[in-house]
Amino acid sequence: MKVSEEEVKHIAGLARLKFTDEEITKYTKDLAGIVEFAEQLNEIDVTDIKPTAHILNIHNVFRKDEIGKSYDREKLLQNAPTKAAGCISVPKVVE
Amino acid sequence: MYELTLHEIRDKIKNKEVKIIDVVNDIYSRIDKVEPKIEAYVSFTKETAIKRANELQEKLDNGEDIGPLGGVPIAIKDNICIDGTKTTCSSKMLENFVAPYNATVINKLVEAGAIIIGKTNMDEFAMGSSTATSYFKNTKNPWNLERVPGGSSGGSAAVVSSDMAYASLGSDTGGSIRQPASYCSVVGMKPTYGTVSRFGLIAFASSLDQIGPFTKDVEDMAIMLNAITGKDKMDTTSVDIEYPDYTKALDKDIKGMTIGIPTKFLGEGLNQEVKQRFEEAIEVYKSLGANIKEIDLDYAKYALATYYIISTAEASSNLARFDGIKYGHRAEDFEDLIDLYKKSRTEGFGTEVKRRIMLGTYVLSSGYYDAYYKRAGQVRTLIIEDFKKAFKDVDVIALPTAPNVSFKFGEKTENPLEMYLEDIFTVPVNIAGLPALSIPCGFAETSKMPVGLQLIGNLFEEEKILSVAHAFEKNTEHHNMKPNI
Repeated sequence: MKVSEEEVKHIAGLARLKFTDEEITKYTKDLAGIVEFAEQLNEIDVTDIKPTAHILNIHNVFRKDEIGKSYDREKLLQNAPTKAAGCISVPKVVE
Repeated sequence: MYELTLHEIRDKIKNKEVKIIDVVNDIYSRIDKVEPKIEAYVSFTKETAIKRANELQEKLDNGEDIGPLGGVPIAIKDNICIDGTKTTCSSKMLENFVAPYNATVINKLVEAGAIIIGKTNMDEFAMGSSTATSYFKNTKNPWNLERVPGGSSGGSAAVVSSDMAYASLGSDTGGSIRQPASYCSVVGMKPTYGTVSRFGLIAFASSLDQIGPFTKDVEDMAIMLNAITGKDKMDTTSVDIEYPDYTKALDKDIKGMTIGIPTKFLGEGLNQEVKQRFEEAIEVYKSLGANIKEIDLDYAKYALATYYIISTAEASSNLARFDGIKYGHRAEDFEDLIDLYKKSRTEGFGTEVKRRIMLGTYVLSSGYYDAYYKRAGQVRTLIIEDFKKAFKDVDVIALPTAPNVSFKFGEKTENPLEMYLEDIFTVPVNIAGLPALSIPCGFAETSKMPVGLQLIGNLFEEEKILSVAHAFEKNTEHHNMKPNI
């Protein structure tokens, strides 16, 4: 599979990243190299093999819906770049 | 006294041969002297450390038990949250992030009496094998300042190696504890996936990440494991089992135990001088009466490709949270919301992090999911089956930790794949969730740089690894060697 510059631009958009033309060329080369390396997995017959997403036999964990102590609002807000009236403020979303 | 091991200083404190405040001051004066050369720390917690030293001393003087780590100075990798302390992941993105809570491992260490002295440098968001992708600085290898300490937990390995902490915590997603432990000649361990809570560890690849300790010897490793393992209700992937007292695994006779060696897999790009030390280590085990058995791990050579698909896919998803809204870097000029996301992320992340986000987004993108991510999951199953089969016949598996010794700054930076190949012997362990430890096993002849022996166990069989590692340590002198700094 060959990775194209057009594809890398599309992926950058999905990943919410911006690149200069020069960077696009560099990342295209890097990604092509790694993807080519990853294609060695195509040598393996994986018919009927179940994929592993998680190594332990985990299952849903349920608990009672009880009111507990949460984190302090002011403390959580200290890391917000901008805030107003006890909330995180963001730029206008709806026109 | 900074050169002592964790258990030695702990005993001296307990027996009132030394005051805790003197231990803490001594380690900070060691740091003042050595840190300018090594640059392994990103921040210090001196004020709290001194306050805590006095509190613990008062308790001790009142006849109270101050715990199995009572008064011992310990360093923490900067991707583990400490309440009220900067936790940066060595990234511009989190340069000013102050954690609003403690990771579970921090609560556990504090409960066991440890004193946290500072946060250590790392590859940005734990992505790298040299600690050189850190936004802040290059940490040097204490054995040769022109060489890297390994990564991603390079700072945590270097502080233990250069006696700037008695022990430290790191995290290991593809070898990020074991490889720097090997490069810096200290003991480093990745426990079984799920034995140590990941709550408060900033996520890289959630199905592979595991917190683990760096120590000066195997006994200290057992003590640290006792402190940090356990089920945690804040991490649903943490496992609810009866956790043993790991120190009971020490001083065991290993006669009759079987050590497996995947000979064919070993052929993959292994440096001759590393191979020499590895073979000598196996001779030590033979002389101690262990059985050596050749094993096949046919799919292990595919672990690296599998790893780079799975880990980047999980990373691209985990790192989506850094959008410049709730915390982290926010760009100053932007046109609209999408532009705010894009500019904040582009300014906040470094090259290697972006490369991995891009690869992860690519393998998960529409049309490629089956070809890459699903297939990698299937190969993961085959790698796990391989190990299961091997552990029917052997107690532990031995491999070199890394195929080469530490490299010089600037080497292996042109082509990212070259750097990734340093993880070839460590990633299969994360893919299968197994426990593994790296222990010093000598020095390469030409470069005089440290070599690590990796011991891999079956799921939840940390004790066997500790027994086998301790036997090696008692019969060799490698762990007593100190860098000349």
